[in-house]
Amino acid sequence: MNIDSIQNGVVLDHIQAGKSMDIYRYLHLDKLDCSVAIIKNARSAHLERKDIIKIDSPLELDLDVLGYIDPNITVNIIRDGKLVEKKHLELPKRLTNVIHCKNPRCITVSEPQLDAIFLLSDRENRRYRCAYCETEFHK
Amino acid sequence: MRNLIDITDLSVEEIDQLIATAEDIIANPAKYSRVCAGKQLATLFFEPSTRTRLSFESAMLSLGGSVLGFSEAGSSSTSKGETVGDTVHTVSCYADIIAMRHPKEGAPYAAAQVAEVPIINAGDGGHNHPTQTLTDLLTIHREKGRLDNFTVGFCGDLKFGRTVHSLVNALSRYENINFVFISPLELKLPRYVKEEALKKKGIPYAQTTDLESVIPQLDILYMTRV
Repeated sequence: MNIDSIQNGVVLDHIQAGKSMDIYRYLHLDKLDCSVAIIKNARSAHLERKDIIKIDSPLELDLDVLGYIDPNITVNIIRDGKLVEKKHLELPKRLTNVIHCKNPRCITVSEPQLDAIFLLSDRENRRYRCAYCETEFHK
Repeated sequence: MRNLIDITDLSVEEIDQLIATAEDIIANPAKYSRVCAGKQLATLFFEPSTRTRLSFESAMLSLGGSVLGFSEAGSSSTSKGETVGDTVHTVSCYADIIAMRHPKEGAPYAAAQVAEVPIINAGDGGHNHPTQTLTDLLTIHREKGRLDNFTVGFCGDLKFGRTVHSLVNALSRYENINFVFISPLELKLPRYVKEEALKKKGIPYAQTTDLESVIPQLDILYMTRV
């Protein structure tokens, strides 16, 4: 299967197989009017299978969101058809308005206009806690 | 500007200093009778309270300051749909400091993001109650003469007991404290308190449903309602 190379845009590589649609939704890629290619289950030397997203527009991505979903993703920036930058992600220490607290007693549930802030409490186990009530986030 | 939202907003040295000051106030109340003259404390109690609200108001009056505020959400603009942030923003114009009780967890943290004066958390839902912890530490210090080298039992509703969460956090920073948590299985201490206050620091603790079997090993027993 051939997908055309992009001239100016972003390639998200090494996405864990099956996660590309999560990223598509979290990054609101459906709102873009440029070409977006989602490649699922591509063969990979590092991962047995991986997903790839190619975005044919030089947009600024929310790297915190990407890092939260999968810190192993590589962000490749393409200019004039050439790779000019390769960004490696890490779990963000703070997430704002990415995930929301499910504790019914939390102030952010009764006042949803507040920023939903989560802080990384355990990097090894990828645990985040609500900055307001300290409840751990579970998907 | 500093706030007191969680007991760990104060360092151990600051807590020790506060306890020393409290002891001095008890011994020499006249010396402190004007230290807050000209200052105003707003007590914003979005849920009913007798002891905490009156403690704050009595303390401020005893220090020569004055108080204003409300004692239930129904008598504030919250009943008209005003947010915590809007209320606190407005009250910031009237008072030098705000003590706030709210049934929702994290409400004082939300208030602190917009307030122009310091916020003191006077209890937020089943989450934290740092000023009760200062009182508890003072009581322990007055009774035992120290805040380290104890085995402390906590008995009752440890899941929603905000005073328990704050006191565990505070005591976990003192030397050689062992914790014994006694509760029904449904009301065990929340995992986040155990992980943040105890496991990360390698502090020993035990959990049981049987109070009688552990009483002999305790130096202090902290009882809360179930």
